[in-house]
Amino acid sequence: MSTADLAREFLAGHDVGGTDPLEFLRARFDAGLAWVQYPVGLGGLGLPRAEQPEVDQVFADAGAPDNNPRRIGIGLGMAAPTILRHGTDEQRRRWLRPLWTGEEVWCQLFSEPGAGSDLAGLGTRAVRDGDDWVVDGQKVWTSMAHEARWAILIARTDPALPKHQGLTYFVLDMTAPGVEVRPLRQITGEAEFNEVFITGVRIPDTDRLGAVGEGWAVAQTTLMNERVSIGGQAVPREGGTIGIVTDLWRARPEVRSPGLHDALLRLWVDAEAARLTGMRLRQQLAAGQPGPEGSASKLLFARLNQEISSLELDLLGEEGLRHDEWTLRRPTQVDFAGRAAGYRYLRAKGNSIEGGTSEILRNIVAERVLGLPQEQRADKDVAWKDLPK
Amino acid sequence: MSDLLYSEVEEELRASVRSLLSDRVDLSRLESPEPVDLKLWRTLAADLGCAGLPVPESAGGAGASWRETAVVMEELGRFVAPVPFLGSAVLSVAALPSDDPLLRDLATGARTATLAVPLSTSDSPSWTVIAAGTALSGSVTTVADALTADVFLVPTAAGLFAAEAAHVSRTPVVSLDLTRPVADLAFDGTPARLVAPDAAPLVGRALLAGAALLASEQLGIAEWCLATTVEYAKTRRQFARQIGSYQAIKHRLADLWVAATQARAVARYAADCLANDDSDLPVAASLAQAFCSPLAVKAAEECVQLHGGIGFTWEHPAHWYLKRARANAIALGSAARHRALLADLVDLPA
Repeated sequence: MSTADLAREFLAGHDVGGTDPLEFLRARFDAGLAWVQYPVGLGGLGLPRAEQPEVDQVFADAGAPDNNPRRIGIGLGMAAPTILRHGTDEQRRRWLRPLWTGEEVWCQLFSEPGAGSDLAGLGTRAVRDGDDWVVDGQKVWTSMAHEARWAILIARTDPALPKHQGLTYFVLDMTAPGVEVRPLRQITGEAEFNEVFITGVRIPDTDRLGAVGEGWAVAQTTLMNERVSIGGQAVPREGGTIGIVTDLWRARPEVRSPGLHDALLRLWVDAEAARLTGMRLRQQLAAGQPGPEGSASKLLFARLNQEISSLELDLLGEEGLRHDEWTLRRPTQVDFAGRAAGYRYLRAKGNSIEGGTSEILRNIVAERVLGLPQEQRADKDVAWKDLPK
Repeated sequence: MSDLLYSEVEEELRASVRSLLSDRVDLSRLESPEPVDLKLWRTLAADLGCAGLPVPESAGGAGASWRETAVVMEELGRFVAPVPFLGSAVLSVAALPSDDPLLRDLATGARTATLAVPLSTSDSPSWTVIAAGTALSGSVTTVADALTADVFLVPTAAGLFAAEAAHVSRTPVVSLDLTRPVADLAFDGTPARLVAPDAAPLVGRALLAGAALLASEQLGIAEWCLATTVEYAKTRRQFARQIGSYQAIKHRLADLWVAATQARAVARYAADCLANDDSDLPVAASLAQAFCSPLAVKAAEECVQLHGGIGFTWEHPAHWYLKRARANAIALGSAARHRALLADLVDLPA
């Protein structure tokens, strides 16, 4: 029986409309149809990851309730693979089911005001106290922190070791006393992200993921999965941001000028080249020839979004002076196409900073793909507490 | 959906061509009286069967497709090989009707031909040769692969003609790119054979094929420049450090790698569209030139700059790549010309 057949069999026994959506999702998890690549008993069937899309398709076609994957993206994409790989059996049983059903939202407490690109330099301290750890510090750029029940957290447990060695990975209960979440207002006026202040928060040692001092290695699982999720879907020609400006150009002859025409065509060429590059990357993956080409896609996407949205403002001219709103909203996902051109221009500025700055990504391409030597570093083999700050 | 990968057969062909070129390309000949290497060409054409890859075996060719031709172009770019491949195996093979008797000679490599248009031609050229019956008069400037051609395919208002080189006056031009030198042609009552009464569709197809496949050559140039510069950045030391450890260097090389990754997808798309006679071919060919042509120039310029002093010498091969890339950026239509063509093709009017 194919996995799609298993999904159909499940649907035959569970009324899509009649069951409470949460009960339906729990039952789907228990049937191993949540993420088939996970082990039996943890929402999966131990099957190849490639079989999941057809399962999802069967459920979508039947109009089954879903777990709103965009709302719980950090849980699904980052926390879950880390818990699966590094968690104890008890931790997996406790956290994975409500994570997948969306009952419990997860957020990620990694970046700090003083540790952005240099994440391993972070200074949030965790000090052992009996069966607990007591945590103090400040985290930043945390999406969904205001809705999250749990957080994945890296903290420094031994400042006397070099920076990568003194870190430990925890799961933090966001409802614990001493956790304060404040919206972080960004240049668009809204607040997708938060600052999280952690003051004397107690974490039971049973909520530690991986060994003490192994936090950096555990975090690699999380970050690797973050990069996997930035791959991109197949889109038709002009299907991305470029479509917004080509539509505008065709609909409104009065915006046209020779200089802007050349700029538009240059970006059309770049966007189409990026689209074909994505297509080729997917063909490579499908043919079982994964290459390093994926490292290029985020760099390309960031630059294109920024240049296209800037051109859109030029095309609009006077109209570009009018904005829609600066209200401090708390969106759970970015509405890139539905907002004013100025919003797109400003939001795109984040594309070359979030999830690895373009400068860091260039380092990664240069060092890991091209094999160029690392920049000389002042922080190797030095105790974290002795580093200049 | 277009196949943007390389097949096993294509990779095997690449390996054979690369092995031949790495043994035999000798750039020291470029200042000699015979810069074009006809001996190498004959091996490439006769032994490896590269002169007529898309021509059916029954017509003397290899029975492959333009996709394989594109792979050969990549390798020729990687070695800036001075062989008349573009003029004969691409432009002429693409221009000739499938039943023309000359096609067999070209496909077997017994003879070579080139299209008598300026190398810079992008589309709908103005014919500068006049046919009186089957006698041709007039001139054509800066024709690629002309010095070694046995036959010229000459477009006129009265049709496409084939003229034997023995009857055509050829004047070598001191060329910017000595790896693909150009020459001026003069026709003075030159006897010729009528190939087809309407030259425009045949020449148009040849130029489209040329633009689509030149992108693969440009990719090969860019890949050599990138690989050579990366190797140099690992070995060259200044201030007691490998220069490749400086972000000022490594970021530029990372950007070049990203662009070359895109160029590979774009060039493969153009080759695949040509091979399958896809209706998107005009877009694919202009996209390929608009993207790959500046990329190859950029790669060669970065190669010169990041090599520092040695990159500015005649001794280092970087300049041959710069010259080939820069001439290619004019050949078969500049990037700006192809952006203008795209504007019409994808309905983005000025």
